[in-house]
Amino acid sequence: MKKELVIIGGGPAGLAAAIAAKENGVNEILILERDHELGGILNQCIHNGFGLHTFQEELTGPEYAARFIEKAERLGIEYKLNTMALSITKDRKVTAVSAKEGMFEIEADALILSMGCRERPRGALQIPGYRPAGIYSAGTAQKLVNIEGYMPGREVVILGSGDIGLIMARRMALEGAKVKVVAELMPYSGGLKRNIVQCLSDFDIPLRLNTTVVDIAGKERVEGVTLASVDEKGRPIAGTEEYIPCDTLLLSVGLIPENELSKGIGVALNHVTKGPVVNERMETSVEGVYACGNVLHVHDLVDFVSEEAACAGRYAAEYLAEKRSGISEREVSRIPVIAGYGVRYTVPSSVSVDRMEELLTVRFRVKDVRRNCFISVYADNKRLVHIKRPVMAPGEMEKVMLKKKELQAYKTADSVTVKIEEAED
Amino acid sequence: MERKELICICCPMGCALTAEIENGEVCRVTGNTCPRGDAYGRKEVTNPTRIVTSVVPVRGGTSGMVSVKTASDIPKGKIMECMNALRGIQAAAPVRIGDMIAENIADTGVDVIATKNVDVLQRRCGG
Repeated sequence: MKKELVIIGGGPAGLAAAIAAKENGVNEILILERDHELGGILNQCIHNGFGLHTFQEELTGPEYAARFIEKAERLGIEYKLNTMALSITKDRKVTAVSAKEGMFEIEADALILSMGCRERPRGALQIPGYRPAGIYSAGTAQKLVNIEGYMPGREVVILGSGDIGLIMARRMALEGAKVKVVAELMPYSGGLKRNIVQCLSDFDIPLRLNTTVVDIAGKERVEGVTLASVDEKGRPIAGTEEYIPCDTLLLSVGLIPENELSKGIGVALNHVTKGPVVNERMETSVEGVYACGNVLHVHDLVDFVSEEAACAGRYAAEYLAEKRSGISEREVSRIPVIAGYGVRYTVPSSVSVDRMEELLTVRFRVKDVRRNCFISVYADNKRLVHIKRPVMAPGEMEKVMLKKKELQAYKTADSVTVKIEEAED
Repeated sequence: MERKELICICCPMGCALTAEIENGEVCRVTGNTCPRGDAYGRKEVTNPTRIVTSVVPVRGGTSGMVSVKTASDIPKGKIMECMNALRGIQAAAPVRIGDMIAENIADTGVDVIATKNVDVLQRRCGG
């Protein structure tokens, strides 16, 4: 089978990428989706708050997904459900398998990676104790409650205050569970502020910062957990232990982009995001292979996933058009985009001044909570951008725009650096 | 004059609001960066409301559960009553987004509607 563009993963990123590629002239598109329906994780995110940026209204996850699924259907974009991509090669051959078609191979002129991310499991956490039933990642619990209709427990402790942990605290409380506490290792919550209000405060669920689980009691089933305060290095402080009886422990302790397929073809990965290194065209280090959404870096808001994925789809379409008209990959010089002081990472990691559009969105996260600081962008030593922000937190992705006309003069710069600067008194 | 500190939940900005209350009425909201924050601040003090989302079982569908929401926001104090009223309610496939699942939930005057399309499960006959 031959296709112009194969998209791996039919979640929000894959759908938006497919739609943009189709609208930009790619005819033969195939989305591979391993679940029995399109929409990805949005299907289990039944809460509202999606789409404020994209549709200027507040939708639930399934409604947001449906808008994109309906559009993809209308555009006649082909997809295969219950189909798992097993491997890809550098020359863009995809091996996939499904119960219906068995194992098969697709040759693609371009590939978009949109496989999303996975939850960090208990095994990554070094919590001592037995392996009793009743310990779930928050997303697994979300699937049980919202898709399967099962309650995983009645008395719940949640470790980790990322958005999924907060959303599940409320969800379990709504279904009649007693959510005793949400414990967070860091001195701040990893979730959106509004989720702290409407998921915890609304239901009188306490949030304990600088706190972790140091022991899990119970052999067959969780009987309780021991919490302890931690010092500034995250180490438990002796004497602060508190035992909390519960039958369920939910873990919301981070998401990791799922890049097994990308690694197979040697796509360069960023050690901070654990996602591919991409240039301003969302292209990875392997020609014709693009990445977007949570496989690239973990997002907080699906609206920005859709926006980023549409760019990837558009650039993949441009690449295919150039290829069709016989334009071979030009030698393009790129300036590295560097995460400077206070910034954990940037996406993209490089920019070509010649090939960029008038405006380029650079997304990044700060390292810690910052108040009244500036986001600054330097080309070598020249400051191009200086924007004041009242508050920034690692839990909320930031962005800064680079203007082509400003960068024109710095085509030969060694680097473009995004950094945080303190306000000058 | 009484002051109440709030965090706006209208969007991910999460603005820190201060509502100034006089004689049980909000006379001023500060800290907001858009008009929605002003409206939220006034409402949150006098009559806080939320949209409630949940799932109900669906018969004969490609999924066992269908997600639902209140068609508009309901008083915060009615949330658990709404959840209790939803227990025992079932939908039947096919369900389309926007279909009414429960009328006037918990006497709020608000309907509960489906937020997901669930098609009829086509059973294959043997032979």
